[in-house]
Amino acid sequence: MAYVPIGDPDRKRMLRAIGLERVEDLFSTIPEKYRLRQPLNLPSPHAEPELRRRLGDLARKNTATTGMSCFLGAGAYRHHIPAVVSHLLSRSEFYSSYTPYQPEISQGTLQAIFEYQTMICQLTGMEVANASLYDGASALAETILLCRRLRKGNRVLLADSIHPHYRQVAETYCQNLDVELVTIPHGESGRIDRKILADRLRKGAAAVIVQSPNFFGVVEDLKELAGSIHGAGALFSVAITDPICLGILVPPGEAGADCVFGEAQAFGGELMFGGPYLGFLATREGFVRQMPGRLVGLTKDNEGNPGYVLTLATREQHIRRAKATSNICTNQGLCALGAAVFLSSLGRRGLREMALQNLHKAHYARKTLAAIDGCSIPFGAEIFNEFVLQLPADAQVVADRLEGRGIIPGLPLGRFFPDLRNSLLVCVTEVTRRQEIDALAGALREVI
Amino acid sequence: MKRGNSFTRREGVIFDIGGEGRKGYALPDLDVPPCDWYREGAEPFRDDIDGFPRVSEAEVVRHFTRLSKMNYGIDDGLYPLGSCSMKYNPKINEELARDERFCGVHPLQPESTVQGCLQLQWELEEFLKEITGLAGFTLQPAAGAQGELTGLLIIRALQRQRGDNRPVVLIPDSAHGTNPASVRLSGYRAEEIPSDAKGCIDLERLRRRMDRDVAALMLTNPNTLGIFEEQIEAICQVVHEKGGLVYCDGANLNALVGVARPGDMGIDLLHVNLHKTFSTPHGGGGPGAGPLGVVEELLPFLPFPRVIRDGERYLWEENRPNAVGRVHGFFGNFGILLRAYAYILSNGPAGLRAVAEGAVLNANYLRALLEKDFHIPYEARSLHEVVFSDQKQESAGVRTIDIAKRLMDHGFHPPTIYFPLIVRGAMMVEPTETETIQELDAFAAALQLIAAEVRESPELVRTAPHTTPVGRLDEVAAARHPIFRWRGPE
Amino acid sequence: MNPESFRYSKEHEWINGEGELRTLGITDHAQAELGDIVFVELPKEGDHLKAMQPFGTVESVKAVSELFSPVAGEVVEVNRDLEEHPERINEDPYGKGWLLRIRVADARSIEPLMTEAEYRKYIQDSSR
Repeated sequence: MAYVPIGDPDRKRMLRAIGLERVEDLFSTIPEKYRLRQPLNLPSPHAEPELRRRLGDLARKNTATTGMSCFLGAGAYRHHIPAVVSHLLSRSEFYSSYTPYQPEISQGTLQAIFEYQTMICQLTGMEVANASLYDGASALAETILLCRRLRKGNRVLLADSIHPHYRQVAETYCQNLDVELVTIPHGESGRIDRKILADRLRKGAAAVIVQSPNFFGVVEDLKELAGSIHGAGALFSVAITDPICLGILVPPGEAGADCVFGEAQAFGGELMFGGPYLGFLATREGFVRQMPGRLVGLTKDNEGNPGYVLTLATREQHIRRAKATSNICTNQGLCALGAAVFLSSLGRRGLREMALQNLHKAHYARKTLAAIDGCSIPFGAEIFNEFVLQLPADAQVVADRLEGRGIIPGLPLGRFFPDLRNSLLVCVTEVTRRQEIDALAGALREVI
Repeated sequence: MKRGNSFTRREGVIFDIGGEGRKGYALPDLDVPPCDWYREGAEPFRDDIDGFPRVSEAEVVRHFTRLSKMNYGIDDGLYPLGSCSMKYNPKINEELARDERFCGVHPLQPESTVQGCLQLQWELEEFLKEITGLAGFTLQPAAGAQGELTGLLIIRALQRQRGDNRPVVLIPDSAHGTNPASVRLSGYRAEEIPSDAKGCIDLERLRRRMDRDVAALMLTNPNTLGIFEEQIEAICQVVHEKGGLVYCDGANLNALVGVARPGDMGIDLLHVNLHKTFSTPHGGGGPGAGPLGVVEELLPFLPFPRVIRDGERYLWEENRPNAVGRVHGFFGNFGILLRAYAYILSNGPAGLRAVAEGAVLNANYLRALLEKDFHIPYEARSLHEVVFSDQKQESAGVRTIDIAKRLMDHGFHPPTIYFPLIVRGAMMVEPTETETIQELDAFAAALQLIAAEVRESPELVRTAPHTTPVGRLDEVAAARHPIFRWRGPE
Repeated sequence: MNPESFRYSKEHEWINGEGELRTLGITDHAQAELGDIVFVELPKEGDHLKAMQPFGTVESVKAVSELFSPVAGEVVEVNRDLEEHPERINEDPYGKGWLLRIRVADARSIEPLMTEAEYRKYIQDSSR
């Protein structure tokens, strides 16, 4: 009985104290016919060495990105993670604690999350960030609902260059709600089509949501967008899937965004086959009472010392129930704490240096790959660390050919955008070495 | 009594320590020529990140290590939060999740390179089916509440397919707040049904209320009082007869695992909190995972993609025309799924049964030790948790909150307080199976001592805690004039 | 404790004044039950209140309560001071902690509300 420290004498003593004879009697309220007479049909217990072997066998059937040359991004990013992150996250005072409902013995979690909230604000240029949401996708859904509460009207305009999975999740969340999601296509440069946006805005909208850098890696002109969107009376929200870019790009809040949200796995989170990741959401202080998710606030104790608590909980499900701003309870707290450690380690200079390396290397790769015969860059606008590369053939076929050489050249886009069937979304970060980029170019030349 | 000690001294915010010229990282030199676009300070580039940390590696480590010492975790001792199943988090599972061949796998890699991840998910789904008696699971929901939402969307999708538009979901008044919140988010209206004198669903009222406008009943079993809904068969029958479905919140599955299966009782949908029953760490608020299981009829509605098996190969099934959609950005909290998978394997069938037996034994033992000193508002037999109230302490002017805070001075985390809402001054105690009789005795002794303190020196209890790193915090001031981010010293 | 000239509703609101302009607030009993009030959400000037319908909320740290208008009427003035100082409701529920001034749609609608003595008895009965 792996983790149950109850021996026979203990059991006897406890049953005596309770006044029962057998453990079975404890379950007398469960109707007889529902009580299992046979053990569950599950594998027999695995001792630690057996467990290690079995998981090791599974692990061997995977290839980690480190074992290949991998140019995948699209919402999950490979970045250098300082060793201190996993070291500090391994402290069980952090990982084995519950939600900090009892602040006097949870100051560690609370202060770390307060610092995380502060850093998200500093990076995004917003005034308040919550303690986390599940992931970038649910952050989009929550942002749509937040905007919907803040403005009259049920139309929310979404750029088609928002991560396709996020849009799918948003549709799932909104399917029975009074929200009309309208998609705005991208234009030739890869940025949102300004003319179509202006046209749709004329019909009225509660909010416009774009991603920048968008799914194609393209950096949107947020300042210009903010002007026209606010001019039409709508809220302007910006999604970010790799917030490392905020080390060098103007904070969306400064450019005029009302909400900035997205995926912060890039801040010290492992790829981990897609989760756990870290949804973040930041907005203006004036909107805070409509915000979903937990918030940590600074206050004082009864002796006047500073301390931290969960605050404005009346927005949340355990108090407001059906009228809560969201149903979220369990969040991604430990990932937020990891982000705080990551961002502290990199700091002011490091985040900037990391972001710059992404920018320079991705531009180098774009130039190198675009020089291949038959390859081109379909979108002209500037990029951060991802870009679309057009191939002379079906991108899936090309990717399949390279797989055998240990190269994953990027994400074939046909499954999301049928007219981009010949295109790859290529991601280059600071961990991508120049040799890998040059080798990718060489391999592409050979297979196309 | 002394507040904290030299090892839990107050720690400034990260923004206030460190200084110019310090750094806590090193990156290799740039190995490509810089691009032309970047010009410092020109649009759209920023100059600096105002206020951002400037600390060395050792400062980072010390800062967060000191913070960790102001936290209480399950490795510190009993953590008796009701309906949270705060059990020991096995260390091997943490180690297994750090294998680079799991944590270094990108979610969009070709299927041939992620067979291990897919197989693990497929097998975990099989385990959960067997444990719950349901026909299939989605592993995508990142938490219980997202599982609830997914389940309710599935109910809606089924009824839409039947051309049956029902606006209401019934919820007992003892339910978790996520239940009504998820109901609203899925487009339904939540309607409460009161509990009966025993603390269970009032079957007669349910029978009277149940009609063709009710899409589903959402219950928790055992419920939040730790009481098994003995009439579960009749409850499900009443709902099913009128074409409704029964959703079970699996937060309290720890009481049943290996002993009985919700799927055998007429439950149509159930989410499982892997961070409760299946021992994955709670992380100070998350991440968790809330896989959702359903009966056969509802399988087509499960979200896309799903893992399927074709001989020895595992694949993603993307094309699911009746699915309610996608609920997670990728496939769910894989790192958590992995830990739960390992936990089930460690235990095996008999071990899982021992989990429920131990959990229920421990809860009832605590109840026996404490029922003299603390009022029990609902008398029915407890399963894995027991709810007390502050009724016996009220006359001394001491309330649940005070008792909870005083427990910290005695070295324990308090129970869940003021929930369920149907109990005034509730203290909801769930010890879980991973506690020893000595730890339970010590916890009961602490509560008995507090009961004595309430009689003899209530002021001591009312002003607790006295030994924690900070004293009782002013939550009123925090809410009246909230401060959500550091803006420099006052 | 309760002002004698005021009228009271079962939802623990009071209404006071002469003629068509009246002042509205919550009772001392209500503020004591709620505990420290941290936030009040009130309608805007010009909004129309319906009798016995919710028009706003008051929040303590761990609870939210809806405010019900005892009578129908139009909001003429809102106590802006409460935005910064919600504690006024705890400190002085019948004075500085007032919520709204309203133009009552029908003065006769005030008549059925409880007098001070009736309200005192109502609280006693319901706490039993």
